[in-house]
Amino acid sequence: MATGRKVYVISGGVTKFAKAHPEMDFRLMVKRAYDYAMKDVPALKTSDIESSRISYFSDHFARQLKAASMVQDFLGLNPKDSRRIEWGGATGGQAIQAGWETVASGRNDVCLVAGFETMSHVRTWKGNEFIALASDTNFDYPVGGFYTGYYALMVQRHIYEYLRKRKFGRIKDELKAQHAATEEAKRIMAMVSVKNHVNALHNPYAQYPVKLTMKEAVGGEMIAWPLNRPSVCTMSDGAAVTILASEDVAYKYTDHPVLISGVGCGTDTMRLADRPHGKVPLFPWETAEYYADLEYPGVHSFRAGRTAALEAYKNAGIKDPKEELDFVELHDAYASSEIQTYEDIGLCRYGEGYDFVDLGSPFLKGMDYGLDLPRKGEMPVNPSGGLIACGHPVGATGIMQGVFAFWQLQGTIGKHFGNDRLQVRDAKRGLIHSHAGTGSSVTVTIMERA
Amino acid sequence: MAELKRFKKFRDVMSEVEKKGAAVYKNPVGTSDLVVLSPYNIKYIHSYAQDSDFFLGLAKGKLLGSECKNCHHRYATPRSHCMECGSETKWFRLPLQGKVHSWTTCYFGSEEFLKETPFNLALVEFEGVDTLLLSRLDGVKQDQAFIGMKVKAEFRKKPRYLISDVHFVPVGGKKTRR
Repeated sequence: MATGRKVYVISGGVTKFAKAHPEMDFRLMVKRAYDYAMKDVPALKTSDIESSRISYFSDHFARQLKAASMVQDFLGLNPKDSRRIEWGGATGGQAIQAGWETVASGRNDVCLVAGFETMSHVRTWKGNEFIALASDTNFDYPVGGFYTGYYALMVQRHIYEYLRKRKFGRIKDELKAQHAATEEAKRIMAMVSVKNHVNALHNPYAQYPVKLTMKEAVGGEMIAWPLNRPSVCTMSDGAAVTILASEDVAYKYTDHPVLISGVGCGTDTMRLADRPHGKVPLFPWETAEYYADLEYPGVHSFRAGRTAALEAYKNAGIKDPKEELDFVELHDAYASSEIQTYEDIGLCRYGEGYDFVDLGSPFLKGMDYGLDLPRKGEMPVNPSGGLIACGHPVGATGIMQGVFAFWQLQGTIGKHFGNDRLQVRDAKRGLIHSHAGTGSSVTVTIMERA
Repeated sequence: MAELKRFKKFRDVMSEVEKKGAAVYKNPVGTSDLVVLSPYNIKYIHSYAQDSDFFLGLAKGKLLGSECKNCHHRYATPRSHCMECGSETKWFRLPLQGKVHSWTTCYFGSEEFLKETPFNLALVEFEGVDTLLLSRLDGVKQDQAFIGMKVKAEFRKKPRYLISDVHFVPVGGKKTRR
């Protein structure tokens, strides 16, 4: 436990994520998710909510400054304490931690955390331009201004460090070796796409539930080599809310609150080009010798993610996440960054992410993916379908993960999804991970059954 | 998929809005949504401030990096103050040749650059320099580019005072024009 009072999640709600919701503006979307959450805890009245933390990423998408104040207004929460939270792609994860802070500090007993994004108001490629404005507009944006391109640069180096140097180290011809390594990475990234899309078949909130085959996943239209369409998340409209309460009052409202037992946060340079080439911050089970030849993080890994995980595990008293976590909902804006994140948060060592997928660890037990997976179900990652299949309405995304994790830990997936195919049996502890700006900003939050 | 079908219909409405300025969307959820065109154009008066010399250098065919006056950390992308120790940096001439540290080929992009696709991006590393430079990599196709490839800088004849005034091409490759 970090310093401060114990903080619990007592309710949550999510709108269906969709390419466009022209029938609702951002306020009504949040209101729908909020009403759902309030209905789930009938003892809680609006008058019990003491503050709000409201998140959305982009003023460009919203085309409305002070949109958080308008949400506060629409929900009838004036004149209470409120603020807007913005942290790029990690906006939602940061909003949950902001809510945690106000309750942990003792300032409030009940805080509403609400987030949204309305990305359908511009065409997809204009939307990509807006997102790219969250890279250095002097040095990065004018070169090509495209986030999928930035993540492609990062995974290309990740493939080089781990697949080219290790698995294909015997091939002498550099071009041939790199081609072989990239083909192998494409196959494994396709497995991640298949996993997340198939999981989403059972999630009624997901934007792209589809029984994706390996052939379709490998052969998808190329966006930025080697990232293709099935391995990249899409733009969405959506909202999500969660309600946090102190230990003093949580049980007044629900018999099944979920404890936030650890929070962690990390950062790195905004420009990829500036990332250091130093040493790996180690988990207790890792050794410096193992990483002796590795220049870290370079552009291949996310030091912010490692830093956030180190802090969160320390707060939650987690010694070995592989043993002590029952599932993970992580920020898979790209299939590549899902694999990179396994390593950052210690589900495996750096370099082992590809094997982690290939052997089946992050897949769900009892789900048919059309793949041979000897270690299936060892550590379910993105049982909800993740960003790749649920969609990524930025300001809502991290909160959506929090709501799905809350329902997993309550054991109420069946109630909220209308089926319990995605319920991780007897889930006691989960991790949610929110990520922004080529890994410049990451939060990790640990949640556990109270 | 229902979602794709639904969005296809909405995409038709978007096109109509772009043409006529407004349209009503008969939403399958039962509503009639009025959708209007809402343009928003801005021209910023933007100063490169402490990084100005870098961009003036590009116009003269020079690549300037930053070297920390205290710890001598050398940055390929300029910063006026060292992120390792906080001290002021001084300019130094970067070599005009380097190696590809990582690269990609973009088949899509932001609206502004969509017409230039496909194009290559590369992070370039320089001998004796601690950080990288993001640039376009021209004159090489996706199946021929690789990490470790030797590349050299080329500069735009008529500077636009943008980072894209410099781009890289393979050493020994054909000259590209900008």
